Order: sequence, then C-alpha cells, then structure tokens
Amino acid sequence: MTGVNAMEPAVADAAGERLARIGRTLALTALPVAAALAVSAMVLLAFGVDPLEYYAYVLRRSLLSGLGLQSTLTRMAPMLLVAASLILAFRAGLWNLGGDGQFMLGAVAAAAVGPALAGALPVWLVWLACMVAAMAAAAIWGLLPAVLKVRSGINEIVTTMMTSFLGISLANALIKLTFKDPAASEPQTRTLSAAERLPFLGDSTITSGLLIGVVAVLAAHFVLARTSYGFRLRVLGENVPAAIHSGYRTGWLTCSIFAISAGLCGLAGAIEVIGVQGNVRADWNPAYGMMVIPLIYLARFNGLATILFVFLYAMLSIGTESAARRMGVPHYFTYVVISVLLMAIAAVSHLAEHRARTGKARP
Amino acid sequence: MTALLTEAFLTALLTGAIMAGIPLLLAGLGEMISERAGVLNLGIEGMMMVGAFLGFYVNWRTGSGALGFLAGAGGGMAMATVMVLFCVRRGINQIVIGIGLTLFAGGLTAMLHYYAFARSYPRLGARDTLEIPVLSQIPVIGQSLFNTHPVVYLSIALIAATGWVMRRTNLGLAIRAAGDKPAAADTAGVEIMAIRTAAVLFAGTMAGLGGAFLSTVSASVFVPFMTHGDGYIGIVLAMLSRGRPIWVLVGALIFGACLSMTTALQVAGIGIPTDVIQMLPFAAVLLVLILFGRSANPPPALTVFYARGSR
Repeated sequence: MTGVNAMEPAVADAAGERLARIGRTLALTALPVAAALAVSAMVLLAFGVDPLEYYAYVLRRSLLSGLGLQSTLTRMAPMLLVAASLILAFRAGLWNLGGDGQFMLGAVAAAAVGPALAGALPVWLVWLACMVAAMAAAAIWGLLPAVLKVRSGINEIVTTMMTSFLGISLANALIKLTFKDPAASEPQTRTLSAAERLPFLGDSTITSGLLIGVVAVLAAHFVLARTSYGFRLRVLGENVPAAIHSGYRTGWLTCSIFAISAGLCGLAGAIEVIGVQGNVRADWNPAYGMMVIPLIYLARFNGLATILFVFLYAMLSIGTESAARRMGVPHYFTYVVISVLLMAIAAVSHLAEHRARTGKARP
Repeated sequence: MTALLTEAFLTALLTGAIMAGIPLLLAGLGEMISERAGVLNLGIEGMMMVGAFLGFYVNWRTGSGALGFLAGAGGGMAMATVMVLFCVRRGINQIVIGIGLTLFAGGLTAMLHYYAFARSYPRLGARDTLEIPVLSQIPVIGQSLFNTHPVVYLSIALIAATGWVMRRTNLGLAIRAAGDKPAAADTAGVEIMAIRTAAVLFAGTMAGLGGAFLSTVSASVFVPFMTHGDGYIGIVLAMLSRGRPIWVLVGALIFGACLSMTTALQVAGIGIPTDVIQMLPFAAVLLVLILFGRSANPPPALTVFYARGSR
C-alpha cells in the first residue's frame, strides 16, 4: 500500500518533468525567433517601413503563392547541404566558418566540368562528375585550415575566415581567367542547357537537388547518432582530452571532418549550378555558409528540426529578395534578422543554463 | 632617371602601405588589448564596418574629417557595448556574439548606405594632411611619413602609448592578469569586469577609428562590406604580436603593403583581375601563420568568463 502511494507522485513527476522539458524546448526555440523578428521589426520601423506589412508580404511571396513556395523549396537544396556540413563540423567542436569559399570553389569546379563533358557523356554521368569534382575541390580547400590546426595548433576560426575570402577570390579569378565563356559578354562560365540540368520534381519547378539536400541532412543526423565515427566525432567536440585518452587519432579525425564538411559545402555549390543556375557568374556569392549557422543552433543539431528551420529561412530569403524589388527594402535585411537570431539563441540558452545551474544548487 | 623612378615608386609603396595599414593597425591594437584581457572579439570586423559607415556619412554631411572620426569611434564603441553587456557582464559565448555582431553590422550598414545614397557612391574631397617641416624633406620617407593624415601620427603615438602602458604600468599588469589568471588577479584586488569592460570598449573604439580611416582617408568612399576581412587580419596581428604593440605596427605595415599592391598594380595597368591581387594579403597572412603560427600562444583565460564569486 505504501508502495502504491509512493508510486503515484513518481509517475506524476515523470509526466510533469516531460511536459516541463517540452515547454523548455519550445521556449528555447520560440523566444529567439520572436526576439529576432521583434528587433528586426524595430530596424524596419527606423527605416520607415511598416514591419507587419513587410512580414506579410514576405509570407505571401514565399509561402502563399504557388511559384513562391516552389522557389522556397528550390532554395532549400543548397542550404540543406551546407547545414549538413556545418552540423558535422560544429558537433565535432570545429568552427568551419569557411563555408562560402568552399561553396564557391565547388560551384566553379562543377561549372568547369559540367559544360565540358555535357554531350560527350550521358547526363547522369555528367552530374556525377560535377558533384565529385566539386566535393574534391572544396575538400582540398577545407584541409588547409585543418592541417594548420593539427600541425601548428592555429585556431580554425580565423583561418577558415581567411580561406573563405581567399576561396571566393580564387573562384572569381578562375571564372575570369580559366573557365570564361568566350561567347558571353559578362565574365561567367559556360552554361548547362536546361535539358542538361537536374530534373524538376514532378510537374513542379522544384529542383530534385532538394532530395539530395534532405538525404544529406538525415545522413549527417544518422552518422552522428548511430555510427562509431559519429560517436568519436561527438567525443572530440565535447571533450578533447577524453578523445585523446580514448586513443582516437584526433589529428586524422579533425582532418577527415574538415574534408567531409568542406566537401558537403562544395556539393551545395555543385547542386546550385547543375540544378538551378546552369553557370557561375563572376562576383556571384549567395553566402549560405554564414547564414545557416544560427539555423542549426536553433535546431540543436537535430536533423528534422534543421530541415524545418532551413525551410523557414529559405522563405525569408525568397521573400526578402522579392521585397527588395517591390518594397525597396534591400535584401541585406536578412543579415539583420539572422544575426539577431544568432545572438538571441546564445543569450536565451545561456539564461536557461544559468537557471538550470542555480536551480540544482537549491536543496 | 631610374633612380628617380625607384624613389617615386618607393614613396608610393610606403604611402600605400601606411594608408592600407593604419586600419589594420588600429583594429589589431584594439584586439590585442581585448585578447590580453581575456576577451576574444570576433566582432571587430563589424565594428570597423560601423565605423566606416558613420565616419563616411558624418564627414560627407558636415565636411569635417574630425567629426567623422569621432562618429566612427563612437559607432565602434556602441557596438562594443553590446559585447560588454553580453559577454563580459553575462558570460554569453564570445565567439557566437562576435560573429553575430559582424553579420549585424554588415546588414545594417548596407541598409543604411542604401537608404542614404540609394545606388550611388559619392566620393569625399581631398584628405587632410599635416606636414611636419624639415622632416618632410627627407627623400622617400619624408613625403610618405611626415606629410600625411593626422590620424597616422595619432596611431603611431597610440602604439607607443599602449606599449608603455602594457609593460610599465599597473594597468598593463592588471590587463595581462585578467587574461592570464583572473581569479588570482581578483584576489589581488583587480576588478576583472571593469578591466575587461574597458578593454573591449577600447577595442571597439579603435576598430571604429580604423573603419573611419578606411572609408574617409584610404578610400574616400563607402561601399557596403568594404572592410573585406581587415578585421580578421587585425585578429591575426593581435594573435601574432603576443601583447607587444610594436609587432602590430610591423605586421600592419607588411600586410598594408600587400593590400596597397592591389592599387599599385592596378595603376600600373597590369592585366590581372583584381581578384588575383585581392588574394595577396590573405595569402600573406596564411603564409605568416604557417611560418610563425606556432609561437602565437594566446592568454590562458581567453574566452573564459569570470565574475567575482561565480562557481
């Protein structure tokens, strides 16, 4: 009898704890988003733009119109690959901030290989060659900061930034000098015709690259959660001395993670080229590498949540581009939203940790 | 004839190195103080962007270079205040806030530029110079070193002053202690939070000044995202200088020379795309890191939050 009495509160406690955890997760997610939208609204107000009208316009153009929704889903493809790349690197505690350089080099590699092989090979083989070339180019580029970190202990934050600037310049130089389309007036690479690009999904105008992106994020999630490589990667990210004492070859691990992470960013570039753009124009740089960072933090590295937040950001990205043309608000506004989101996530999770710590300290 | 050519060329190279190097120097100097005090400030690039825009805008509106520099420094300091409130006072992740501030500043200044100038890029008039008599008559270095913008002299003076403060004063000792062993310094009566607050605000002010110099003196024009990694080069300078301002000066001049090659080679009309030349400074930075990176040992308490009585 005492046993039954003792059980009941325990069960209730477990249920209550579960509810509290769900509530906490929701708060950790919703608060930063709300803060980002509110602060960004104030920025809009300062420029004399009605924020409600602006947000409604973004929503209409990116979600509620059929064509807009298809653009949003197409935009997700490269972003998801970048997200997969950053999830792996960040879970290993490695700051790969060079995603933009890796993306651009991958894009240029694909744009160099694609039109050269198109016609000579079946299209699927051309796509495969583009993706492999892009991943290889980006992975080699990504190894540079990795080797500097492993050999000389130089913090990768600064070196990946440097290699990002270098990579973007190198990509532009390659477009203008090596892979320039002689027939085009503006500097750009040769173009894949519509028939040589990745097919659309069904009757839509959504690129099938979206599937590659979804698979990549889910694969990254699976590798982290279910494989021994993923486990070693997480140990490295949580506790470097523990990884060393467990006998992991941390140097190789670091290099391999950087190569994979950079390779995925390169693949994102390839998907954008063979799926959407068809070529690379000089000075084109969508800068997905930086913008995706807050999204994977918000998703707390969970694959499914990442897909959701990438969708929301793709909406914002498509909507603001449209608003730039119609409402005259420059698309740089996304930088404001994303940066406030990033800082709000850091602040809110810091507060939550602080509360959890002080809460436990109470008797 | 050839002697004349080389003298003109050397003067141009030195002038260019100074013009491109001063923003790096100011950013690197501020970052160095901030890092020595234990705060890694990745927002320095963003603080430069705000300084560049405000410096340019105020200069363009009022016609006063001095007011422009004040506005730029103030803008950098305002950005640094966010870093102080979030990272120094509350212990929120310095890396994340730094990246966030840089992204924010990039977006905000690009929007501000659009609303102020739409798609035009107005240029400022001739820059101020302050000629020092006699010394400016020395060949080669005379015209480039002693007939230049007042802020150049100010920057050199700041290098000397911080060098003295860091090595010879209690304040310098307190700054270094805040980054090396905050708990011990705290026991000895050093207010860690006050020291770090001052260090971060100093870094923001310097970055703002550097940004204002970039837009109003080096370029005479504001273009969104014009800092183009100068802040990160400043961070590398701070890393490699190991607390000695003189190395910030040397490094800034070397990387500044690389940056100024960009313009020198373009003026010379050599048919290479700007992209290739733009790679030069970053390639130089990476090369220096490969050669000397091992000796850059950061302060032990860098990025570690400290509050009296915590834990």
